[in-house]
Amino acid sequence: MSNLSATQRLEIIREKTRPTVNDYIPVIFHHFTELHGDRRFGDDAAIIGGIATLNSVPVTVIAQVKGRNLDENKKSNFSMPHPEGYRKALRLAKQAEKFHRPVICLVDTPGAFCGIDAEKRGQGEAIAENIAEFMTLKTPVISVVLGEGGSGGALALAVCDELAMLENALYSVISPRGFASILWKDPSREKEAAELMKITAEDLVGFGVCDKIIAEPAGGAHNDMRLTADNISEYLMDAVTRLSAIDTDTLLNKRYDKFRRIGVFSE
Amino acid sequence: MLEDLFKMVKDRFNEEKSEQTPESVPEIPKDLMFKCPRCQSVFYMDEFVSLRKTCPTCNYHARLSWKERLDITADPGSFKPFDENMTSLNPIGFPDYEKKIHALQDANGIKDAIVTGECTIRGYRAVIGIMDSNFLMASMGSVVGEKITRAFEYATEHKLPVIMFTASGGARMQEGIISLMQMAKTSGAVKRHSDAGGLYIAVMTDPTTGGVTASFASLGDIILAEPKVLIGFAGRRVIQDTIRQRLPDDFQTAEFLLQSGFVDAIVDRKSMRKALSNILRLHNFKKEEPAQ
Repeated sequence: MSNLSATQRLEIIREKTRPTVNDYIPVIFHHFTELHGDRRFGDDAAIIGGIATLNSVPVTVIAQVKGRNLDENKKSNFSMPHPEGYRKALRLAKQAEKFHRPVICLVDTPGAFCGIDAEKRGQGEAIAENIAEFMTLKTPVISVVLGEGGSGGALALAVCDELAMLENALYSVISPRGFASILWKDPSREKEAAELMKITAEDLVGFGVCDKIIAEPAGGAHNDMRLTADNISEYLMDAVTRLSAIDTDTLLNKRYDKFRRIGVFSE
Repeated sequence: MLEDLFKMVKDRFNEEKSEQTPESVPEIPKDLMFKCPRCQSVFYMDEFVSLRKTCPTCNYHARLSWKERLDITADPGSFKPFDENMTSLNPIGFPDYEKKIHALQDANGIKDAIVTGECTIRGYRAVIGIMDSNFLMASMGSVVGEKITRAFEYATEHKLPVIMFTASGGARMQEGIISLMQMAKTSGAVKRHSDAGGLYIAVMTDPTTGGVTASFASLGDIILAEPKVLIGFAGRRVIQDTIRQRLPDDFQTAEFLLQSGFVDAIVDRKSMRKALSNILRLHNFKKEEPAQ
């Protein structure tokens, strides 16, 4: 694995040609059948979901959609979901639980959308509900951070049994720009923030947040989408097999403990 | 996105402050008189304090310290604190974080932004949590997350209801990803308490925002709010910058949330003890005899 700084990785994941779920899903899964809507308000194209097979095992796939161009981004709101996106994700997760399908979440978002309607429809409540419900979802949940994992908007799809990250992916409490803006009142200190925040996959393995780093080709995923997809696929098949073999009570206790033990304090 | 939350809260504060000191007003000893930042009425500090820091003219509810909140909520002498000495370390090595925490500890008489414990309210026993916005805008880091989690676990074990007075600028940036994970940790403990049949009442106070709104604060079986308080996920300025239109005046107030269906009831501070004890009674909890 390469030894790049957080800033260098930030540049890699911002590559215009970095593959997105629209590239990966058709390669990693078969028979992907998209299911729309939250049954409450509407359908949010920032999160797509559906049923597919992974190495002939049916799974539920829930994915945040970064666009590959302006048109795709307009449709998927630059991967910034509204509450109905999170509620669709939860609906599909509950459906997966009912039919004993593992859930695979592909995380790639700068954060949940900030807007009047998002607030009015309960952005905070929608994220909170997902976090709480995923914690006790009686089926294996695997999350993979593909590029950016930004804040609560990412966490809403990342309460899981195992969290994997692509080698250059970043996962953080807030974007480095937001961090610099809040703490130093100077968004231009973004790079300094990225280095300080400890947001690379290696950092997050150290904190017990990330369980597995999935290798990218030299220079980044955009240099060989197929190879990256194969690496993701290989990890997912292994994880689904391992986690499906664990009885539900043990699985849920382990999931709770994974988050329960994260915290750094003295007393 | 949690961007700008702190800034927004600070700006609101500054607005309030600047309105308090127009040039024409003669100098008034600070602790003798209180001028309402909302309606500008001036009255005696004693009166303001006896009204639990609410304005007799416009019903403005000022922010309270953890001690003030505890004193007007719990039965006298009933409070037993949990985890009083828990202190944040510095997981990402943020410059001068320890120094800042120590200064805040000295100024506020608490080790971090929340006090948890057990008390009775009009005779009804409950686990209680009070967040204090004077402590780094009550942002949630390791200590806040751990104390809330333990409080819910204790309540689950002892079959007690939980009452959380929420106030927060959101996740504590200085603790990086660790603070984000506290959202999952606390929500997980709330869910377990709920699945075990436990009652959780969230009382949203000024301001309840960001990662706290997007986790345990929004998971109450019953969610109460004080009048006019700020409740939201994203900061007002972030939203304004994103969508480039003027936001309605009542945007992200308790009343706005009531209207949109995310708050059960707005309760005045003077009626809070009664409202809480009533909810506890309606869930078949039994009043304890006062200690001799």
